Amino acid sequence: MEREKKGIDRKARYASKVRKAAQLLLYRRHSTPGAKGWELRKKIGSDYSKVIDLLNEYLAKIGLTVKVVFEEANPPENPTIDQYDRARFYITLKDDLTIEEAKMVGWRIDDLAALCASIAYIISRGGKAQRKEIEDLLKVKIPGWRVEMDLNKFIRLGYLFEDENGQIYIGWRTRAEVDQKKLIDLLLETEAKTE
Amino acid sequence: MGSLLSEKQRDIKEAREELQRIIGLCRSVEIKGLDPYIVDVDDLVKVIRDYFPMWKDSEDLCLDAEAINSIASVVRMQGEWVKRRASALYRDPFLIEEKVRGLPVDKMAEIFLKVWRPIIELEQLTIKGFREALKYWSDLPPLNVRWQKIGYTKTETECVTREEVIKEGVLSSEPFMAELEKVWLELKSRVLRDGKIRYWDFIGSETYEDTVRRAYLTSFLVTYGYANLQINFSEDEIFILPNEKPLNRENSETISFPISISFEEWVRWKEKRRA
Repeated sequence: MEREKKGIDRKARYASKVRKAAQLLLYRRHSTPGAKGWELRKKIGSDYSKVIDLLNEYLAKIGLTVKVVFEEANPPENPTIDQYDRARFYITLKDDLTIEEAKMVGWRIDDLAALCASIAYIISRGGKAQRKEIEDLLKVKIPGWRVEMDLNKFIRLGYLFEDENGQIYIGWRTRAEVDQKKLIDLLLETEAKTE
Repeated sequence: MGSLLSEKQRDIKEAREELQRIIGLCRSVEIKGLDPYIVDVDDLVKVIRDYFPMWKDSEDLCLDAEAINSIASVVRMQGEWVKRRASALYRDPFLIEEKVRGLPVDKMAEIFLKVWRPIIELEQLTIKGFREALKYWSDLPPLNVRWQKIGYTKTETECVTREEVIKEGVLSSEPFMAELEKVWLELKSRVLRDGKIRYWDFIGSETYEDTVRRAYLTSFLVTYGYANLQINFSEDEIFILPNEKPLNRENSETISFPISISFEEWVRWKEKRRA
């Protein structure tokens, strides 16, 4: 009887922690969404990775997942507690979108293509490129006025980052939302098919 | 003799130009982002080493150091170049650029959608948050009250009487030691059977000002040997124990133990007592 009660208490405790974790990850409290590992530890407790696993199980049912973005450029294979604490946790879509769904999210098809081209170009240049070079690349297929607007939008949203010398880098949002390796592989693959 | 000297000067001039060329080559590799392996580092280092015995002036030595520094930059770039090529993301940049230029917009968008998982976030006002905000708003005094300047009246300087100072609370109506003894007697009467009382239960009073005054006097009770402090670190509790007679602490070691008497602490104590 007592064991049963303890089990119910434990379940209730974890249910409350999962709710708290969902709120922390979904509501934007800083300039960037999501939460750092150390914030989750502070608010949920040292077992936060277990709570995140439980939340993930729940989110999977509705097509969402918790994405962990590590500070390191190459994500560690077996992350340490310290690496988890310094990582940022986000909730993202679990599966890919169709063009129709992307329109529902509020993106035009040519904006998506421009973002894709910009990211691929920066990756090909070793992680940074001059704004002018990206503008020239985009202007081949998109009107000039739109290129300027698009680049500013990508920078504002955090997909790209521009320094004071007009050098553009991959932004925090691209690291969180885009599988860069897969993007390059798909690009090369697609080209091979069209050749 | 003269021709020998001028030949030597010509050699130095040529050597300087050679160093300038080395610096220029290294810089152009860095600025243009060229393949750093086009620079034969060993060869350049050999040239610099050969010229080194010729340098006598500090300016020439600086030029030599600059050349070495620019070669070091190229070596650093070579390291980065290898690292980048070895990374999982490396693909030939020209190949990718060609593909980016060649693919139609819709195909490009389609590829991107396969690798894009947008972040989900909410911006929503909850009833609880709304209620708290409403309470805050109703408690918030208007700006003209919050920004009200503190008024003052100008008076002539004059002497104050002892009664006035006591009335303002700067001085007590009783001599300090008499007041201290009064607190000591109160402490003795309030201790429990185990001869001690919780520090906050003793100093705590109805007003914050009086609490601070009692804490101040209690600190002197301890300093002058009228009482002792017992600190229980594990339970985070402090007790005060009165002595039957004041102890002489002249020869004993004294330590300072700061205790925070903040307003928040006092409010917490009051609430706890009320509960």
